[in-house]
Amino acid sequence: MGAATTDADLHAGKLRALRALIASHKRWDLFFASVGVLALMFGILAFVALFFDMAVDGVPRITPDFFMSFPSRRAENAGILSAWVGSTLVMLVTALAAVPLGVGAGVYLEEYAPRNWMTDVIEINVTNLAGVPSIVYGLLALGLFVYQFGLGQSILTAGLTLALLILPVVIVATREAIRAIPVAIREGAYALGASKWQTTHDHIIPYSMAGILTGVIIGLARAIGETAPIITIGALTFIAFLPPPPVQATAPFVNFEWLTSPFTVMPIQMFNWTSRPEEAFQANAAAAGLVLVVMTLVMNALAIYIRYRLRRNIKW
Amino acid sequence: MVEGESPMSAVLKTALPVRESPAPGSLALKAEAKGLDFYYGAFKALKNLHMPVYEKKVTALIGPSGCGKSTFLRSFNRMHDLYPGNRYQGEIRMYPDNVNILAPDVDPIEVRMRISMVFQKPNPFPKTIYENVAYGMRVRNINRKAIVDEKVEKALREAALWMEVKDRLHDLAFNLSGGQQQRLCIARALATDPEMLLFDEPTSALDPIATASIEELVDELRQRVTILIVTHNMQQAARISDYTAYMYLGEIIEFGETDQIFIKPRNKQTEDYITGRFG
Repeated sequence: MGAATTDADLHAGKLRALRALIASHKRWDLFFASVGVLALMFGILAFVALFFDMAVDGVPRITPDFFMSFPSRRAENAGILSAWVGSTLVMLVTALAAVPLGVGAGVYLEEYAPRNWMTDVIEINVTNLAGVPSIVYGLLALGLFVYQFGLGQSILTAGLTLALLILPVVIVATREAIRAIPVAIREGAYALGASKWQTTHDHIIPYSMAGILTGVIIGLARAIGETAPIITIGALTFIAFLPPPPVQATAPFVNFEWLTSPFTVMPIQMFNWTSRPEEAFQANAAAAGLVLVVMTLVMNALAIYIRYRLRRNIKW
Repeated sequence: MVEGESPMSAVLKTALPVRESPAPGSLALKAEAKGLDFYYGAFKALKNLHMPVYEKKVTALIGPSGCGKSTFLRSFNRMHDLYPGNRYQGEIRMYPDNVNILAPDVDPIEVRMRISMVFQKPNPFPKTIYENVAYGMRVRNINRKAIVDEKVEKALREAALWMEVKDRLHDLAFNLSGGQQQRLCIARALATDPEMLLFDEPTSALDPIATASIEELVDELRQRVTILIVTHNMQQAARISDYTAYMYLGEIIEFGETDQIFIKPRNKQTEDYITGRFG
């Protein structure tokens, strides 16, 4: 009886010690969770504060007229028509240039490139390209596109410049999406006698499309806010006309003159207004900023939606 | 025993069947490894393998993990060519054309078109059931709908999956159960009428019921196709194979008729492995 009691006591003691240990471990859990929440809040609150500050200044200016008016000397008449049209067209060129180049390069590096030092050097450089300051791309584009190729200070030049800027993002996203495809799927295709191109075309590219498109949109969301390289290549800050429309009523129905047209973009318009002393232009800048942030958020939301839609059928 | 023959050679003849024995006519060589070495970079994974693969028989490769059985299997469809640094030496001859399928001038794609493979984990493509089975034909530029339809049905029937999926051919393959997915992969491999079918531990990711259905299927498939199967499960090898090779550390320790290997293995190591004293 006495021995049994001792055993039970011993057992209870062990359990107590165990619980104390677990409790102390959980205190650390709680501590780190609190630090994590604080870190998260810092970023989110800063953004929310900025956004609301801008919204308070800008929302009264956001009217249909604001979207449908050209910039003006009078703040209350000024709008962002040429800016959002310019941004949209530049993004179109950027996407059309960056997607095939980035996806092609990414697929090549993942699927075709021989594993040797040359490939290693190229890989390191692709990653480094993502870190090159955007103004350097602007200078490069000024020398290459504007003067060397004679493309002028046009939508085409801006689109290509921004395409170069986001190319590393697209390449890295493509490679990561491809790497996420299980080896077994790839081997399954090869085992049926598929060639490299058949495997790439029928499997690798379709299955990595969600990741690629996400990368492209994230890249575009970055590009749409870029100011420095666009200023460097000489975008105008005051544009009171629209580029020729890409489609027309008469044959051949498409028109590429818009590519060579002068233009402005949202961040430049915003920058221009910020540098004006009048209070009313500050409100315009805030409104343009708000529109730009919303455009970026919409693009990111689109990326999430596309990812969700395309991945719904793919589970691994 | 023939007069004048040593007892040893008689044993060898029955235990190690070669083309002319023991039952002439019923046994034809489909493939044969001759002095096969394989290197992963500097590591020699297969050492001087000699092994016949008989036409329309099931040959099982058994042995402990890392013994090289999967490496050996994957040499048959040149899977190793997909990765840099891999190197073959020696030959795997394929009959009736007597070509060394490891020769550098033989295109691995041609080899893979003749020899299909079923993998360890079911690996259906994220496409429909129909498109999974049809993919081998797409690769071969067979696109006539009537032909593809017919072949898809035939392959699914052969893989004992037709009844379960005939009403939902255009559903995603991922919606099938694990066992069904593996049978789908078998149908995919069969749809192009391969001369040989490689199985790399096809049931290791499946539950016992799905395993039984795959084993039953392998048993039926031997009627029309030569099968080489890697298995971790010795009972499985005993149940479904006609010939068994026991491998250890990249070598074939013993090869023979499955009954002989499991009932009276000649090699002590084989016996230890089979009886569970080792491995």
